[in-house]
Amino acid sequence: MSQTMTTDSEAGTDSAAGVVLPRTPNREKIMQVVIPISALLLAILGWHLLVTINQIPRYILPGPVDVAVALFTDSSTLWPAMLVTIRITLMALALALIGGVGLAILLVQSRLLELALFPFAVVLQVTPIIAIAPLLLIYAPDTQTALLICAFLVAFFPILSNMAQGLKSVDHNLLNLFELYGASGWQTLLFLKIPAAMPYFMAGLRIGGGLALIAAVVAEFAAGSAGQGAGLAFRLIESQYRMNLPRMFVCLIMLCGIGISIFGLTSLISWLTLHRWHESAIRREN
Amino acid sequence: MTDIAVSTIPGAASEAVRRSVVSMRDVSKVFSNGTLALKGMTLDVQAGEFISLLGPSGCGKSTALRIIAGLGAPSSGSIDWPSSKINSKGLPEGDVGFVFQDPTLMPWATVFDNVYLPLKLRGVTRAAAREAVMDNLAAVGLADFARSFPRELSGGMRMRVSIARAMVTRPKLLLMDEPFAALDEITRQKLNDDVLRLWQQHGVTVIFVTHSVYESAYLSSRIVVMRARPGQVFADMKISQPAGRDNAYRVSEGYRQTCQDVSDALQRAIGAGETH
Ligand SMILES: Nc1ncnc2c1ncn2[C@@H]1O[C@H](COP(=O)(O)OP(=O)(O)OP(=O)(O)O)[C@@H](O)[C@H]1O
Ligand SMILES: [Mg+2]
Repeated sequence: MSQTMTTDSEAGTDSAAGVVLPRTPNREKIMQVVIPISALLLAILGWHLLVTINQIPRYILPGPVDVAVALFTDSSTLWPAMLVTIRITLMALALALIGGVGLAILLVQSRLLELALFPFAVVLQVTPIIAIAPLLLIYAPDTQTALLICAFLVAFFPILSNMAQGLKSVDHNLLNLFELYGASGWQTLLFLKIPAAMPYFMAGLRIGGGLALIAAVVAEFAAGSAGQGAGLAFRLIESQYRMNLPRMFVCLIMLCGIGISIFGLTSLISWLTLHRWHESAIRREN
Repeated sequence: MTDIAVSTIPGAASEAVRRSVVSMRDVSKVFSNGTLALKGMTLDVQAGEFISLLGPSGCGKSTALRIIAGLGAPSSGSIDWPSSKINSKGLPEGDVGFVFQDPTLMPWATVFDNVYLPLKLRGVTRAAAREAVMDNLAAVGLADFARSFPRELSGGMRMRVSIARAMVTRPKLLLMDEPFAALDEITRQKLNDDVLRLWQQHGVTVIFVTHSVYESAYLSSRIVVMRARPGQVFADMKISQPAGRDNAYRVSEGYRQTCQDVSDALQRAIGAGETH
């Protein structure tokens, strides 16, 4: 068999990999959008009917219309509060990302550091961080900082532990390959360990994003800030004291909106990074 | 324990003149759990040889290959590279290519980037490496798949990417550890031809670990049979068959005889490992 034969006969066995884009049928696509939205609208309608038919008073269960009205009338106090909560959550998440990823890299580079930091990691991980919020309030210069530290600590651990796990779970054969080609420690980190850790990092990011919001809210319950710096959690408690249920619902809906946005954003980042190669982001085709 | 020479190569006098690529001298390897994987293994690899390494499972073939590649130092003995420049770690950097049993590709990188890796680690820019990478992809018939990701390829295609990557640095020595064990017979034969072609075109020296007597007889210019417990060279045979190997060779008497000899030696090697 000649050499050209060998290369030409390629098409015979394994060049059959198609380049046709996977496509969901249109009907399926429409259903994917229409059904969840209709279900949501139906639920809201049901809520409205429940309230109007049973004539439930507004201070026990406000209807969707009351909530919508409250969204407009209270917007001057609620929007700034929402921005405060968003800012704390995002800043905490950003700090947690920098700290978690940075520390994870240091940990896998230095066994000494890993051993030394191990007890601290265990203590901080098993302690419900929220429980130290009152203590933070004493030490932090202001409430905002205390909230930030609290949300940071909560988001930090899932990111750190996922990233460290990811950096360590590199295919040993690939490590051998890098060693064979005389790769430096930095090259191995940059071109091998960090890319290999991406799926783990993304899982940490999604968990950390959700937890940062929860921590920002719970810590504010504990801290009870007021005035300019008040976030949604404080407005929620405040509305509860005043029995202003429509406003409480608006606060909850806003928190839900932030949660959805963070989840959507982190999922999008995760998909953009992984969709070409990682099983978790790839549609099964067989 | 004694090595048996099944056949001697004609013109053995010129043997000394031929350059050694690498020579293992009395190499032993004890793992941290006490396993004695190799004991006093000596192997002289001449430039241009295609050596198949055969032996019972667990006799230390992979270990020997890894030690040659500098992945894990020997417990005693030495590895010499008479004709290579040696780096600070005692390794001939860039002179060795390794094809593992699994393709061992980076799933997040395209086929191009996987083959580019060895050059990238040496600091060659993408632009400067493009031609070499594409040439090597073309040599294994995958030029059209440069932008695919490993998961989009079949098992045989992934293995060929791995071969292209090993060849991209133009190594003097190509180490292959049961590279085609997981493939079907047809793909395996095709890849055997690919490897033979690379060997002939580039004059690379090959050490090829395999479990298949037929594969070794088809490919090799020399077959080294190892025994287990302790792992060392049991038989060393030169195969004086024509260089041009094709389907006709697969049915020739010379091929049949080689298979027979290798198979016998392997049986004796297995026996030696058990009676010990
Ligand atoms: N990392 C390790 N730690 C301890 N023992 C090991 C290690 N790697 C290999 N061994 C032992 O060394 C011996 C040789 O192993 P090796 O993988 O080299 O065998 P092999 O000839 O390649 O076998 P196979 O044909 O099955 O691949 C075996 O007994 C194995 O158990
Ligand atoms: Mg092996």
